[in-house]
Amino acid sequence: MPELAIETSGLTKIYGKQRAVDGIDLAIPSGGVHGFLGPNGAGKTTTIRMLATLIRPDAGSARVLGHDIVRASDEVRSCVALTGQFASVDEDLSGRENLRLLAKLYGFRGKAATARADELLGAFGLEAAADRQVKKYSGGMRRRIDIAASLVVTPELLFLDEPTTGLDPRSRIEVWDIVRALVAHGTTVMLTTQYLDEADQLAGRISVIDSGRIIAEGASSELKASVGSGSLHVRVMHRADLASVREILVRELQIEVETTSDPHGLVAPLEDRSRVTAALTAIEGSGLELAQFSLGQPTLDEVFLALTGHAADGSDSDQAPEEVAA
Amino acid sequence: MSATSAPASSLTKAPTIAEALTSGTRPPRPTPLSTSVTFGWRALLKIKHVPEQLFDVTVFPVMMTLLFTYLFGGALAGSVQDYIAYLAPGVLVQSVLFITMYTGTTLRTDIDRGVFDRFRSLPIWRPSALVGMLLGDAVRFAVASGITAAVCLAIGWRPGGGVVGVLAGIGLVLVFAFALGWIWTFLSMILRTPGAIMGVASFVLMPLLFGSNIFVDPSTMPGWLQAWVEVNPVSHLVTAVRALMDGTPVGAEAGWSLMWSAGLVAVFGSLTMWRYQDPQ
Repeated sequence: MPELAIETSGLTKIYGKQRAVDGIDLAIPSGGVHGFLGPNGAGKTTTIRMLATLIRPDAGSARVLGHDIVRASDEVRSCVALTGQFASVDEDLSGRENLRLLAKLYGFRGKAATARADELLGAFGLEAAADRQVKKYSGGMRRRIDIAASLVVTPELLFLDEPTTGLDPRSRIEVWDIVRALVAHGTTVMLTTQYLDEADQLAGRISVIDSGRIIAEGASSELKASVGSGSLHVRVMHRADLASVREILVRELQIEVETTSDPHGLVAPLEDRSRVTAALTAIEGSGLELAQFSLGQPTLDEVFLALTGHAADGSDSDQAPEEVAA
Repeated sequence: MSATSAPASSLTKAPTIAEALTSGTRPPRPTPLSTSVTFGWRALLKIKHVPEQLFDVTVFPVMMTLLFTYLFGGALAGSVQDYIAYLAPGVLVQSVLFITMYTGTTLRTDIDRGVFDRFRSLPIWRPSALVGMLLGDAVRFAVASGITAAVCLAIGWRPGGGVVGVLAGIGLVLVFAFALGWIWTFLSMILRTPGAIMGVASFVLMPLLFGSNIFVDPSTMPGWLQAWVEVNPVSHLVTAVRALMDGTPVGAEAGWSLMWSAGLVAVFGSLTMWRYQDPQ
C-alpha cells in the first residue's frame, strides 16, 4: 500500500462563478480515519466526489492510493468505495437484491453473489429486513445497508460522506462502531462530517474546510491547542444571577467572559488556569448558585469559531447550486 | 463526550463485521456483457417491485391504436378494416418510440437519488449501467409491441408476412428504439429535472412521429412536408416494418433504419458517455 492514501495539489472545482473547491492541498497517510470537517456548503462533498472520480476537477491534480484521479480513474475506482450523503442504493429494490446486484457487478457469480449478500446482511444485522424494499427501512438501517453496499469487496480506502447526518444517537454509535471495525481491518477511511464530536470520536487527523479552502489541519488535540489552553464553562442555577456571576469571573480571571447560546451559560477562554479555583470560590462566597461548571480543552466548535470567525452550523446545502438536492 | 454509551444490545457487532470483511476475497473483474446484463436484471427487478411502471407500455399502446384507428379509419381509408392494414405497423412504431422517452426521466430520477453515484464509482465498463438500462427497457418495449400487435389483430389486422414477418418487424423497432434511447440518456445528463427531459423529448418526438408516413400516405402532403417525411428516419423505419409485416420486399429501407440506429448510438452514445464522467 502506498504511504499516502490521498495526495492533492491545488484541487479545484468551479460551478458557474462559485469556486466550490478552491485549491485544496492534502497529504493523507494510509490507515486510520481522516476527518474532513466543515459546515454545509464548505466543499466537502465536492472534494470527495472528485477523489472518488465521480466528477472531474477543473484545475489541480490528485492521486488516490498512488493513482491519478483523471488519468487512472479506473484504477482508483477498483480500490476505493463510496458511501454518499444520499442513499446510494436502489430504494425500489430489497436489501438483499441491492447487495446481490453489487456482488454481481464486482464479479461474484450466481450462488457466490447470493452468499456474499447474505453474509453482509448477517454482519450488519439486516437479515430480518433483507427482503423488504429499502425505501421502507429506518434511517439507521438505511445507513447500514449503504455502508454494507460499499464493503461487498473490501476497499483499501472508503469515503464516508456524512454517514450519521439525520441519525438518532443509537444509530450514530452503531455507525461509529462499524467505522472502528473497518479501521481495525486496515481500511483507510476518509470521513466528512459537520459534527465536531464525530470527528473528535473517530478521526486521528482532521482537515478543517471552509468556503472551498483548507483552513487548518492536524490532530484533534493540536487543533484545540492552537486556540488556547481551554475554556471554563459555567452554567448558573438561576438566570437572574448570570450578570453577577459574569462580573465576578471577569474580575477574578481578568479576561473577557462571553455568553453562549444557552441562556444560563457563560464561557471564558483561558490563557492560564491558575486563577480558576479562586474565581469559583468567589462565586460561592457571594451566595450565587452554579448548576455546573467544567474546565477542559476547547471543543471543536470553539476551534471552528476561532478559525473561521463563524460558527460551524451553516444552514445552506452542501450541494453546489447546479446540483439539485433530491 | 465519552464513548461509554455504546449499547451492549447493538445490532451490529464489530467481530461479525470484521469477519465479513476478511472473507471478502475479490473475484475477477466481470466482462462488459456480464455487467450490462446485470443492470438489465435490475431494471426487471424494478418492474417486479413497481408494476405501475408497466402502465405506459400496456394502456398507452391500446389507447393509441384504438383512438387512431377509429378516428381516422372511416375518413382516410373508407373503413376501419382497410385502414388497420395500413396503420398497424405504423402505430406499433409510434407506441414504442413514444414510450422510449421515459428512459430519460427514469435515468434522471436515478441520478437525483444518488444510486447512479454508486454505479459510477464501481470498477466496471462504464457504459454498462446505461446499456443495461436500455436492455431492460427493450423488454418493456417488447411488451408494448406485443400488446399493440394483439389489439391490431383483434380489430381485424391480417398481416401478410405472418408471425415471422411481424416478429422481424418488432425486432427492427426494438433496435431503433434502443438507439433512440441514447438521445434521452444524453438529455438526462444535461437537463436537471425529469420534467425538462419530458418537455424536450416531446419536442423532438412530435415532428419525428407525426411528420412521417405513420398515419397517411405522404403523396397528399405539400412539397415541403413531403421533403421532411422523405428524410425522417422514422419514415424509413415505418416503411421497412410495413414491408416486413406485409411480407413484401423490404428493399433499402431496413438498411437505412439500421444505419440511422448505428449513427444515433455513435453520436448520442459518445455524447452521453462524455457527460457521464461529469454529469450535471
